Amino acid sequence: MALSTRYVAPFGPSGSMPVDAAICRQLLSTALSQSGDYADLFFEYAVSGSYVLEEGILKSAGRSVGMGLGVRVMKGDATGYAYVQELTPEAMAGAARTAAQIAAGGGSRAPIDFQPRGKLPERYRPELPSLDVQGERKRELLLRADAAARAADPRIIRVEASLHEELREVLIASSDGKLVGDRQPLIRFNVRVIVEHEGKRQSGGSGGGGRMGLEYFDQRSPEWHAQEAVRHALAMLDARESPAGEMPVVLAPGDSGILLHEAVGHGLEADFNRKGTSNYTDAIGKRVASELCTVVDDATLLGSRGSINVDDEGNEPQSAVLIENGVLSGYMHDRHSAAFFKTRPSGNGRRESFQAHPMPRMTNTLLLAGPHDPGEILAGVKRGIYAKKFGGGQVDISNGDFVFSLTESYLVEDGKLTAPLKGVNLIGNGPEVMRRVTMLGNDLQTSDGVWTCGKEGQSVPVGVGCPTIMLSAVTVGGTQTG
Amino acid sequence: MASYDLDGLIRLGASVVERARAAGADVAEVSVGEGQHLSAKVRLGEPELVEEAGSKSLGLRVMRGQQVAVTFTSDLSESGLQRFVQDALELADLSQPDPFAGPPEPALLSKPSEHRDLDLFDESVDSIDAKRALDMAKRAERAALGTDSRLNNSEGATVSRQSGASALVTSGGFAAAQRGTYVSIVVNPVADDQDGKKRSGHHWSARRHLAELESPEAVGEEAARRTLAKLGSRKLDTQEVAVVFDPDSARSMLGLLAGCITGGSVWRKSSYLAEREGQAIASDLVTIIDDPLLPRAPGSRSFDGEGLLCRRNVVVDKGVLRTFLLDSYSARKLAKQSTASASRGGGGGVGASTSNFYLQPGKLQPKQLLASTERALYVTDMMGFGFNAVTGDFSRGASGFWLENGERIFPVSEVTISLNLDELLKRIDAIADDLDHRTSIAAPTFRVSAMTVAGR
Repeated sequence: MALSTRYVAPFGPSGSMPVDAAICRQLLSTALSQSGDYADLFFEYAVSGSYVLEEGILKSAGRSVGMGLGVRVMKGDATGYAYVQELTPEAMAGAARTAAQIAAGGGSRAPIDFQPRGKLPERYRPELPSLDVQGERKRELLLRADAAARAADPRIIRVEASLHEELREVLIASSDGKLVGDRQPLIRFNVRVIVEHEGKRQSGGSGGGGRMGLEYFDQRSPEWHAQEAVRHALAMLDARESPAGEMPVVLAPGDSGILLHEAVGHGLEADFNRKGTSNYTDAIGKRVASELCTVVDDATLLGSRGSINVDDEGNEPQSAVLIENGVLSGYMHDRHSAAFFKTRPSGNGRRESFQAHPMPRMTNTLLLAGPHDPGEILAGVKRGIYAKKFGGGQVDISNGDFVFSLTESYLVEDGKLTAPLKGVNLIGNGPEVMRRVTMLGNDLQTSDGVWTCGKEGQSVPVGVGCPTIMLSAVTVGGTQTG
Repeated sequence: MASYDLDGLIRLGASVVERARAAGADVAEVSVGEGQHLSAKVRLGEPELVEEAGSKSLGLRVMRGQQVAVTFTSDLSESGLQRFVQDALELADLSQPDPFAGPPEPALLSKPSEHRDLDLFDESVDSIDAKRALDMAKRAERAALGTDSRLNNSEGATVSRQSGASALVTSGGFAAAQRGTYVSIVVNPVADDQDGKKRSGHHWSARRHLAELESPEAVGEEAARRTLAKLGSRKLDTQEVAVVFDPDSARSMLGLLAGCITGGSVWRKSSYLAEREGQAIASDLVTIIDDPLLPRAPGSRSFDGEGLLCRRNVVVDKGVLRTFLLDSYSARKLAKQSTASASRGGGGGVGASTSNFYLQPGKLQPKQLLASTERALYVTDMMGFGFNAVTGDFSRGASGFWLENGERIFPVSEVTISLNLDELLKRIDAIADDLDHRTSIAAPTFRVSAMTVAGR
């Protein structure tokens, strides 16, 4: 399916410099000419657009085009990587020769013939692919959000609304016979407001999107996001200093999945386990979480921000169980780690762009629903914190220590939300916190696509999801001691 | 070896300015970037990754009346360039008139003859080949792992070099180019700790000139010391106590402040410091400077992203906020003059940013500062986000050491430190002399008299 008639990858069949199987084969032969074990080619053409509305006007619109070829050659555990932007025969061959040098040996191996493969799944089916839609329609969406936010409350002093659209076209060819292409659309919508009242200012925000087109706004309107941003900011106006120290924490469903992503997700990316630098190394078959917990990495969710039809090494990811009833059952693999663990690549080999080599990365990471009624979970908390919105997190892979920041949270007293709290961090140790999941709601939600995961300098879009979670004790980084 | 054709970049920029003007742009500003890099990583003595590439790209900002658009491309083919210019003009038609939009006043544009040579380019950096980079990385990792048998694993050692040149050409008549190099080395050893946990630590050095880079051995040995020192880390009880920031974490705190004094956050009122110019915002020990003219420093530049002549700005003088850092747009929004702090972002957009932004060092040696500290958390690493620029609320994960009378008593991890940044800056009661400009935002060791540390 053509997702844009205006932006067409030069290397695609209707592009200006079509790349076919014969060209790929020739480049792979060059890449393996120094006795490399394996080589792959990653062609990418990525177009993005951004529209930013502030002070009631569309202040600036932008467009970005990035394209190039990344060539990877592997010899044992060593990787040679080179990329070029110019897709001329000389430039492409030059990159293949540069990457080949990692092997620097005698004798060359021929790539095997490309194998026929079945049709890729269709995990994104945008009805209104964003890039080709008239700019005026996108501007209208932003103006609607602006009007709705301003109308919502007189204390609003600023509104910013933005739409980001992207279309990434890739072509992957490997010396072990893969030749596959994909077109990956992505949109993201954001509203941020600032409110002012009695000399105090606060901000609030809301965002969403996914691998879809502008039909996204049929399910979540610009007005919905505007009102949510206003609600968030106003709630925070009255926020008080948060308590500090260990206490029970209830996590709201949906975006709290960030905790999963940090607390266990990264530690289960198999490159860390291959190197023995993760605290989950050699832990398969062991209990690593409360038995309520079943965690999956699911690339198949239709239109989700983290979903992919094929990974950046040409493998098809599915829904993989990482933790089953608290017991570690598997890691997320790229080709390299799968070979080390003598298993199949799980389709988690992802990269930021043609300028970067692939690594095991998450897609949509979910903690599946449990047996409890969410109301019952909150009712059982004598004094603790209810965490509703999140700003992001980080983990130290080697020992599992993680933090994640709350941008909206409440004090819970006798089962009721009694006061909004200023932004705080939660800090804990992944395996320890996962063992402290004492209740799990039956209300699994997936995040509305806003999350981006960073690892070793590379960013990729991801999804998260979880039900209401009861953690018996976590350190809350507030300011009020005692 | 890269030799950059600066005149060629300017000619390319000028040709795109011409195209954009011919297509109907009233104002066209083009930035041309070209770069080369090599990165070599070794793990447990074996090469793990060698990456080598060059890149070239164009950024364009156009104005039609007061309607603005920005485009960026790495597709420099003829059809790619046409698309790039045409997109910019179409998007400018879509955007709405902004009364504050416009190029800088022509009289403010600098002349190439005024641009100082800041010694940012070192030919010897570009001459490092993969073999030499791998060798340096190996030496650094070997020095780290050879220190102690408890250091039994590694996330690797990486040596990277990059060089680049950029040109700015505008329809207002500005045309200039500059070039620079940067080389870095980082080592990341891993040790086994109790309870099946591991501890990873690191140390790094980075410079514009190769001769100033710390030796691989010195970097490796320091990385080993830092990693071993973390063994046996534990939590603290929740309490209010003094906090000492080492230069790495101090730099990170200064980075938060940087986001609050640049023009965009000020006129948007998304900084807690908006409208605080002329007021005391920190203890009188605190002087903070943005100096783009430091020779050989990572954030140096002789002209800004709009072509204005760069200058040293004293942002905070003995605790008093003297100026924000502004580009011409934010200056117009705030009815002030640009501080020549414009920079061009990845997508072609323009905004105010810091150059070499640093906390002026004090007179104490770090040892003396620690010795004068009765009880404190000494922070060496921070994790997570947890900063609200609108309110100044700050809370982050931290690890480091428990200090008593200047002695490290035990390593600490898994705690958070919290305090509003406004209050934090006022509680700075000691600043050491160990400022190192290895990064564009830099700070020496400093102490805050009291913060909330949350743990058990």
